[in-house]
Amino acid sequence: MNFFAQALAVARKDLAIELRTRESLNAAGSFAIVILLLFSFTFDPFSDDTQEFGGGLLWLAFVFAGALVFNRGFARELPNECLDTLLASPLSAAALIVGKAIANFAMLLLVELVSLFVFGIFYDVNWFPQAAWLALVFALATWGVSILGAVFGAFTVNLRLRELMLPVIIYPLMIPLLIAAIELTNTVLSHQPMSGQLQWIRVLVASDIGFTTLAWVLADTILLN
Amino acid sequence: MREKLIIALAAGAAILLAYNLYNIFLVLPDEIAQGYMYRIIYFHVPAAWVGMIGFFAAMTLSVLYLASGNFRYDSLAASIVEVSVVFSTVNLVTGSIWGRVQWGIWWTWDYRLTSQLVCVLTFAGYLMMRQAIDEPTQRARLSAALTIFGCFNVVIVWKSIEWFRNNHPGPVISFRTGGGKMDPAMEHMLFLNFLALLVIASALTLVRMRQESTSREIDSLRRAAHV
Amino acid sequence: MLQAIELNQVWKFYGDYAALRDCTLSIQEGSCCALLGRNGAGKTTLLRILAGLTTFQRGAVNLFGEKPRAENARRQSGFLGHGIGVYEDLSARENLHFFAGITGSANIPTLTDSWLERVGLSRVATMPVRQFSRGMRQRLALARTFIHSPKILLLDEPFTSLDDRAIAMLSELLTEARQRGATIVLSTHQLREALATASHVALVENGRLRYSGERTQEMLDDPALLYRLHTELGAPQ
Repeated sequence: MNFFAQALAVARKDLAIELRTRESLNAAGSFAIVILLLFSFTFDPFSDDTQEFGGGLLWLAFVFAGALVFNRGFARELPNECLDTLLASPLSAAALIVGKAIANFAMLLLVELVSLFVFGIFYDVNWFPQAAWLALVFALATWGVSILGAVFGAFTVNLRLRELMLPVIIYPLMIPLLIAAIELTNTVLSHQPMSGQLQWIRVLVASDIGFTTLAWVLADTILLN
Repeated sequence: MREKLIIALAAGAAILLAYNLYNIFLVLPDEIAQGYMYRIIYFHVPAAWVGMIGFFAAMTLSVLYLASGNFRYDSLAASIVEVSVVFSTVNLVTGSIWGRVQWGIWWTWDYRLTSQLVCVLTFAGYLMMRQAIDEPTQRARLSAALTIFGCFNVVIVWKSIEWFRNNHPGPVISFRTGGGKMDPAMEHMLFLNFLALLVIASALTLVRMRQESTSREIDSLRRAAHV
Repeated sequence: MLQAIELNQVWKFYGDYAALRDCTLSIQEGSCCALLGRNGAGKTTLLRILAGLTTFQRGAVNLFGEKPRAENARRQSGFLGHGIGVYEDLSARENLHFFAGITGSANIPTLTDSWLERVGLSRVATMPVRQFSRGMRQRLALARTFIHSPKILLLDEPFTSLDDRAIAMLSELLTEARQRGATIVLSTHQLREALATASHVALVENGRLRYSGERTQEMLDDPALLYRLHTELGAPQ
């Protein structure tokens, strides 16, 4: 099995478990909607400015809900010492992390899609005309967030206070991704031209490539003792 | 040997700092636009430099640890990060005070201060993670990996936040409110105080490093006793 | 001649504490080596190093001439640790399908079905493991370990907490494995089962290999003999 086949096998396995139990998806989806609801109490949801800060709203909801998905990623391997079994198999540590990232990506995209619909309803924002641009932004930013979630899920899997440590470590690292995603999403939602915001696409691409490369290089260091 | 080095560094720092403080407060004139308050720059900027140099030094030491497995690199990296977090916090606090005086608000979301805050949070997470890991090899390994991720992120964070602030302008904490260059005597003192803070940071790092080594020794004795 | 497993002056440190000290051991292809020793002696650490789960700081480890983390080495080995290593939320068939896939096996559906039959889980193949009894999980774990016909088997206290049916199954699988020339390393507290199965023994004490050599008839007659021999260093075979 080559690297990608291994990673896809891991992703398929995780998604199969998740679709059966729906633990992370239900929790993350509900949490994202609750956050959108809570934000409606902090400012006027029908103001003209909604399209200018909609990006911030959405992405904060995504990354907070995402933490629930990331926590489960490697925690799923703890019962019955499945993590040891995986690492003792021909599966490379890098393929394991990338596979988890692919599963995170799929789950997070689903949560984002649902949240986007709810956001459109709660805040009276019609985002359909910009769906293609949104898809690009969401894909790039969600990958970056997913690979970080997988890497730091691996970091924290054997730590005391795992659920506390993961958010503390991961959110500062997500800041460039978040800024870029928020700026681009706001630009799209407020129908402004994307030509002036290309540096944010560069930030997303650079972060995605950088974090993925670091994950691949440091996988053994993170997972093996 | 290390004791003597620590004492020598501390003594050197004390002398240099005394000389600098004398010059900063009693010799150098006030700045035209900002008056007396500008003197905070002699601590604000060097503290940032010491912090940032420390984080990247820690990254280099982390790579060396991963390559060699020598725990000295890990002890030194952890000590440097701890000291750098302190100095970066000094940068934030002095920046906050300066912002209060210059702009009337305690926090200005100036892009450099904001980036520095992200660095502090990233490496505070590093310190918290170290506390959560008992086993020294695992602690060293994960700390090294996190430092590498953190430093890569620092580079992107700086640019991102600068561009963000270009899109959303706000108050900027700057010495050069009137534009133009810094007076040579003031610039000279800036570098001299940077040297003083660097020497202090080195002494603190060595003290902290000794604690790390002792703690690892205690851990191994504890493991041996349990067998 | 290329040994199946070679450890040469291996040291493993946790911080400054040496969990394994200067361990040298050679295990011939086709032999079955029982690792004996008290709790905390270092047996599990040694097995985990062979399985590529744990790194070591000094020395060299080779499985058929390759490092433990080499993909080929891991493809040729099967590991059964303290945990059963199967997913509770997947069915027996899905578990075996997944592990057969990542170990590079061919004809996965046929292989999976034949192993389910072998370990007596055909009728519950689509049931999630969560609903299995303890004995059923153990048998699934055995199937998972042996499914890719590994040339090296690394088993950490495999007989512990197995029911009679699973013990019989494991013994049969080990015999078969030896017949096809596989090399087995198993750690155990259960001296009698280990000595009955093993062709070689190694005694680990405080991180050191105190004895390694062929299993003799005297050991079979008096299992505690080995613990009394710990003052001698056995010649590696």
